Amino acid sequence: MTAIIALSLFGILNLFLGFWFSRKTIQLCTILFLAISMGLTAADWNHELLWFGNMFRTTNTSINFSLIIQLATLFVVGFSNGFGQDDEHTHPAEYYAIMLFSVVGAILMVSFDHIIMLFVGLEILSISMYVLTGSDKRNLRSNEAAIKYFLMGSFATGILLFGITLVYGATHTFYISNITQVIAGTAPESMPSFIYAGVLLILIGFLFKISAAPFHFWTPDVYDGAPTIFTMFMSTVVKTAGFAALYLLVGKVFGGLFVTISLPVIYIISMITLVIGNITAVFQQSIKRMLAYSSISHAGYMLITVAANQVSTTSTILFYSLSYTLATITAFGVYKIVSEYQAGRVENPSYVSSFDGLAKENPFLAFCFTVSLLSLAGIPLTAGFWGKFFVFTDAFNRNILYPVVVAILMSAVGIYYYFKGIIAAYFKTGDIQAIEIPIIVRVSLLLSTFGTILLGVYPSLLKGLF
Amino acid sequence: MYLLFILFFPLVLGSLLLIAKPKNAFVWSLAGSLIEAIAIGYILLQSAEPNAAIAFSKPWISEAGINFSLWIDGINGVLIGLTALLVPFIIGSTANTEKANDSTYQGLILAMQTALLGAFLAKDAFLFYFFFEASLLPIYFLAAMYGGENRTAITFKFFVYTLFGSLFLLIGLIYVYLRTPGEIHSADIDALVTTARGLTAANQGYLFLAFFIAFAIKMPVFPFHTWQPDTYTTAPTQGSMLLGGIMLKMGTYGLIRLVLPMFPAGIATWGFTVSVLSVIGIIYGSIIAIQQKDAKRLLAYSSFAHVGLMAAGILTQSIDGIQGALYQMLSHGINIVGLFFVIEIIERRTKTRELAQLGGITQASFGLSVAFVVLSLGSVALPLTNGFIGEFLLLKSVFDQDIILGIVAGLTIILGAVYTLRFIQKTMFGNVSRTTRAFEDLTFGEQFVLIPLVVLVLLGGLFPQIVMDYSASSVQQLTDLLN
Repeated sequence: MTAIIALSLFGILNLFLGFWFSRKTIQLCTILFLAISMGLTAADWNHELLWFGNMFRTTNTSINFSLIIQLATLFVVGFSNGFGQDDEHTHPAEYYAIMLFSVVGAILMVSFDHIIMLFVGLEILSISMYVLTGSDKRNLRSNEAAIKYFLMGSFATGILLFGITLVYGATHTFYISNITQVIAGTAPESMPSFIYAGVLLILIGFLFKISAAPFHFWTPDVYDGAPTIFTMFMSTVVKTAGFAALYLLVGKVFGGLFVTISLPVIYIISMITLVIGNITAVFQQSIKRMLAYSSISHAGYMLITVAANQVSTTSTILFYSLSYTLATITAFGVYKIVSEYQAGRVENPSYVSSFDGLAKENPFLAFCFTVSLLSLAGIPLTAGFWGKFFVFTDAFNRNILYPVVVAILMSAVGIYYYFKGIIAAYFKTGDIQAIEIPIIVRVSLLLSTFGTILLGVYPSLLKGLF
Repeated sequence: MYLLFILFFPLVLGSLLLIAKPKNAFVWSLAGSLIEAIAIGYILLQSAEPNAAIAFSKPWISEAGINFSLWIDGINGVLIGLTALLVPFIIGSTANTEKANDSTYQGLILAMQTALLGAFLAKDAFLFYFFFEASLLPIYFLAAMYGGENRTAITFKFFVYTLFGSLFLLIGLIYVYLRTPGEIHSADIDALVTTARGLTAANQGYLFLAFFIAFAIKMPVFPFHTWQPDTYTTAPTQGSMLLGGIMLKMGTYGLIRLVLPMFPAGIATWGFTVSVLSVIGIIYGSIIAIQQKDAKRLLAYSSFAHVGLMAAGILTQSIDGIQGALYQMLSHGINIVGLFFVIEIIERRTKTRELAQLGGITQASFGLSVAFVVLSLGSVALPLTNGFIGEFLLLKSVFDQDIILGIVAGLTIILGAVYTLRFIQKTMFGNVSRTTRAFEDLTFGEQFVLIPLVVLVLLGGLFPQIVMDYSASSVQQLTDLLN
């Protein structure tokens, strides 16, 4: 809990630091701030407490999710730099401050005990993201992405809010524990029928945030238009928080309603998401768009475990989020370095072809990129394999068969597009010279790649904690 | 602990080669593989019977009941021995080429050895699966970085095809694993076997298919073979050796270790269909091999035909079938590595593998033609060579099961003789062609690899009992379970 207070204060402090210091200094300060807040978050381990008028609950699950979110932010900050080569138009102080604020929102989303708290968290996160998406203000596509994200996002928020009011109308409470009690204590016949509509609307609101098909149409454009650094942020932090909130609310709180309404919806949507995400990704030329669709497809895998709703689901989502986060950050990180290097050299720096021959002079970048793509594809030796493994195990525990079959077919499709990057880097010839990488980026890449392999070889390291 | 050393020693050495890139990579990797071979030879001599002293087990994912457990019994011992035996030859065959001191190349071969050993050593089904899939990575990079024409597309097809198949194995394993008793399930192969045998016949049927697809693609069995000839042809010689010599045995090993004991009812339903497919593969592969113009492609199809017979033999569930398959895995590995090397030697000197352009090599290099003839005769299963023992037992087992199937499968000997003798005739005998005019005799390095392989072919034909006795009791246990 102290972490969110600290993060808010640090965010404000960051704004002031902007008066005196350069971007690099603020970057280091932000890393320090995040490290401190991670320490504060971890300090609450095994202390289950309620805060803010019983609206905020710290549990070990929420702490785990908060830590993953902050870890992801830490990496994103590590990769951050100015837009183009100048820091002047970047407004670094605001940029880092807003990131810290959005982390506060994300933490609220995973630790709520009151639906309003969840909603506030979601809004803090979303509004920060609208701003960050448009932060490269001289870039038209960044502006377009921001306005698109804002319009679609607020629409989804409206739907979510509508759902919340309906659920409130049926249960007369916003408190999670009370809602659970009311739902458990009422016979399904005497339940007001609009609660079904309410649950469905809440579900739709969240499915939008995690970009599940058919609510995914904003994702490719926004991911593509946003500065890479915030695409990285969106596809990891927002996704993790969104999934955690979705699961905690829909999977756990609505108890008996889960089976009647949510399960069939999630069941079908997971399959649609998997198919649309993977098949569309195959046709992408741009790595960034490909990763956007891959992010959609991973939402599909994670939805399968939400549908399974087992005891182990929380830990599966945690593990999957972490493995996906590490891999995505590495992939986007390498993409960012290479596309910035290629900007001006080739016609389309975001295309797969700009990675041709990467391995020759930049073996380190190529290796990190390969590991991250293998992890996203779910090949053994990487964390992604175990992520998928746990998802399938959960699904079979509940006899969910068809989504798993679809997931397997789509895994094979996934290999097809993920390997494009590997093939370009290793087996094609291009003229990429050795790219100079700042030390902080190098360390970030090293850590995230190492983490992916470590979790791939010894998943028990963290699966036991979750 | 000793098994852990055996398993990871090649990987550690290989990683060092990949990272440190020493100048004399060849010496390092050859020495490493010889140490590995000695270490494995030592443990195999100690452990004709599985005993707790050499098994290794540590919790891997303890909350899911998955252990990092390794063991050696009579069945996997043969394959572990095969791996340890062949890798030094595979590395040795790079001598005096530009690949010899290419540390990436050597490192990938050694990494591949760990993956293969891991699959054979694993006692935990998920550990088996882990290595089963992980082995694709080194071979993929080996083939895609160093292969021939159109390598990217072909190796990619191979990768996707085999990985897709193994995903079915994964869900099949998870399905059975979740039905093992206890709060925390177990993924131990023995536990899975007990559980799977208790499933309904219908479920066993589906699971059999899921498992079989994975292994059938790996081996490959007709009609899942379409990736194989291209991949074998395009891969660099050492890659083809690893693929044909050792990696395809993961498929047959999987059949013996998992499919046979787990799904008796599945085999009762589907076994005959699969046997028929395997026999079709034998005939189909042989007939296509007769028409091949490219020597490496010819070998690929011959390997496809041989593995079909192994699959058919294994599915008879008899002692003869399984023992024959084990012995044939061993001999096929030795023969095909030798034959691939012969083709590589010819290609080094003449820059071609086209049968039409070769001929008369025996006049230039008597040694090479003797080696080639012996290895080929082993492949044709002539008595006194290693191929005879395995093939004879396999055919006998298929005959015992179904006489018509046995007769059709028996054609493999005739067809095999046709394509192999044609192969020998086109390359070694006949008139000296323009390309073979300046053919040089074997170098010392080449002799160093070929002569031991030739000796092994003959020894294998003369003293099969050593290996047979080694695996006898484990195979007996397995068949006792089956009947």
